[in-house]
Amino acid sequence: MTLTTEDITAIWLSLQVALTATLISLPFGFATAWLLVFKTLRGKVVLEVLVNLPLTLPPVVIGYFLLLLLGKNGWLGKVLAETGIQLIFTWKAAVIASAVVGFPLLVRSIRLGMESIDRQLLDASRSLGASWYDSLMTIILPLSLRGIFSGSSLMFARSLGEFGATIIVAGNMPGRTQTIPLAIYDYTSSPSSTTMALSLCLVSVVISVAVLLLHEMLGKQLDRSSAL
Amino acid sequence: MRLRIKAKKKMGAFSMVLNADISGDRIGIFGDSGSGKSTIVNLVSGLLQPDNGEIFLDDECLFSNQQGINLSPEQRRIAIVFQQAMLFPHLSVKSNLLYGYKRCRAEHRSIKPEALIDLLKIKPLLERGVNRLSGGEKQRVALGRAVLANPRLLLMDEPLSALDDTLRFQIIPYLRSVSEEFNIPYLFISHSITEMQLMADQILVINNGDVLEETTPEQLARSRMARSQNGYLNLLRLAEPVDQNGLFSYPWGKNRLLISTGNITGESLFELSSREIILFKKHPEAISARNLLECTVTELFDSDGRVGVVLSAKGEKLIAEIVRAAADELTITPGSTLFAAIKASSFRKLR
Repeated sequence: MTLTTEDITAIWLSLQVALTATLISLPFGFATAWLLVFKTLRGKVVLEVLVNLPLTLPPVVIGYFLLLLLGKNGWLGKVLAETGIQLIFTWKAAVIASAVVGFPLLVRSIRLGMESIDRQLLDASRSLGASWYDSLMTIILPLSLRGIFSGSSLMFARSLGEFGATIIVAGNMPGRTQTIPLAIYDYTSSPSSTTMALSLCLVSVVISVAVLLLHEMLGKQLDRSSAL
Repeated sequence: MRLRIKAKKKMGAFSMVLNADISGDRIGIFGDSGSGKSTIVNLVSGLLQPDNGEIFLDDECLFSNQQGINLSPEQRRIAIVFQQAMLFPHLSVKSNLLYGYKRCRAEHRSIKPEALIDLLKIKPLLERGVNRLSGGEKQRVALGRAVLANPRLLLMDEPLSALDDTLRFQIIPYLRSVSEEFNIPYLFISHSITEMQLMADQILVINNGDVLEETTPEQLARSRMARSQNGYLNLLRLAEPVDQNGLFSYPWGKNRLLISTGNITGESLFELSSREIILFKKHPEAISARNLLECTVTELFDSDGRVGVVLSAKGEKLIAEIVRAAADELTITPGSTLFAAIKASSFRKLR
């Protein structure tokens, strides 16, 4: 296995992007799932469609929309530029691309966990003196942990593999915005770099297996503690 | 405790119009499945908001759309014991018990956890996870958790219907003793007349979302005698039997009852259906039934065409059920003397 300095940077950047995207998305994913499961809202269907849209849209389309939004002349990009914040073609743009693409997977898993909570448990906690926020933190959150772990693992794995949206909003700059999939893409365009590409593929497999193993271990740990 | 409800609630095709003013510490809400019993629990506890109307507990307004008052569930201090215990699965028994206690303001904390834990006999369970408890243990913990929240009213929403008969009648003394010991009034919701007889002093009968009547457990049991599967159920608390030819001979006032099942120690609760009692005008010459009691008729009542005969056996009350033709044939009137024959195996031990 051969890895160049740029490959190692790409590996670290991929991990950094995937982890940051997952951590930033978690509170929003939890709140969205809570709204969808426990709240009666007008226009809930619209929210559902919006949340799930990135699952069905081609990542390149998502990347293009993000470029329109965050670019120099974009609605948000203009405001950010005035405050001196530049997102496009930085690793932060890769984080945003990964977050948008992986968000539906996170919400779906957390939602599945929340839907398995008996509503009467919440009624019980409210009648025992807990406010809605107290119920949220002491009943819904701990009972959704399995869904949160599943969703986080899925989103992390999806972020590691994100390509289409990332290449449009973050570019493919070795050492700056190049993640593992982008580096592999570079190597595949040169026939002499097969070994290099395979090395990065192997690293991807190792990371993915590690994430899945961690997910399984945490799941079993949760099962054990709830069986006590 | 006084509870006044004047409220309307519509949920899809189901519509509820409640108009009740009831006082007492042990109130039953009786009705068939789907009659709206649980809706009352939700309205009183604040888990459900009426479309309009008002709800008062003693002198405090819990809800009034005219005054714009709607206390949240946590402000009402009304705890619920659910049909399924609804213990928090991620917490230990101890953490479940203390969930409401920790959230109760210091000035309301009059019940000591240790005293309640002793009363409910759940000390050995404290460190266990709730998934390792039996049905009866779960319901005792749920009761303890609700009581430790120091509520001013306890709502028991069919807390026994998920349990088998043996457990049901084991739990009832806990429900009553906890309420009496810690002076907490309760609303007991059930569709079982026997449970109402054991748990309630006054009853609201609900049907299709309307309050049909306010009655007593005794009146309810009498009025439903003919319609009930087992007639009127006489409940007898008996203790200290002696062995008599393989049967348990229990003192019952100044009488003795021979029963085929029983406990040597402690009090037992027996159920005797009004249909298991055979009445004789004269003392029969010979009879296989092991109990023959000389009784005086104190009252007769009608229940959907059947006749309920209230008997006094040396001061102890018993109700027998006969058809109208039998009542006419025996020319039963209040003050008549009759003989009641009961088989030793007719008594069903509940506890």
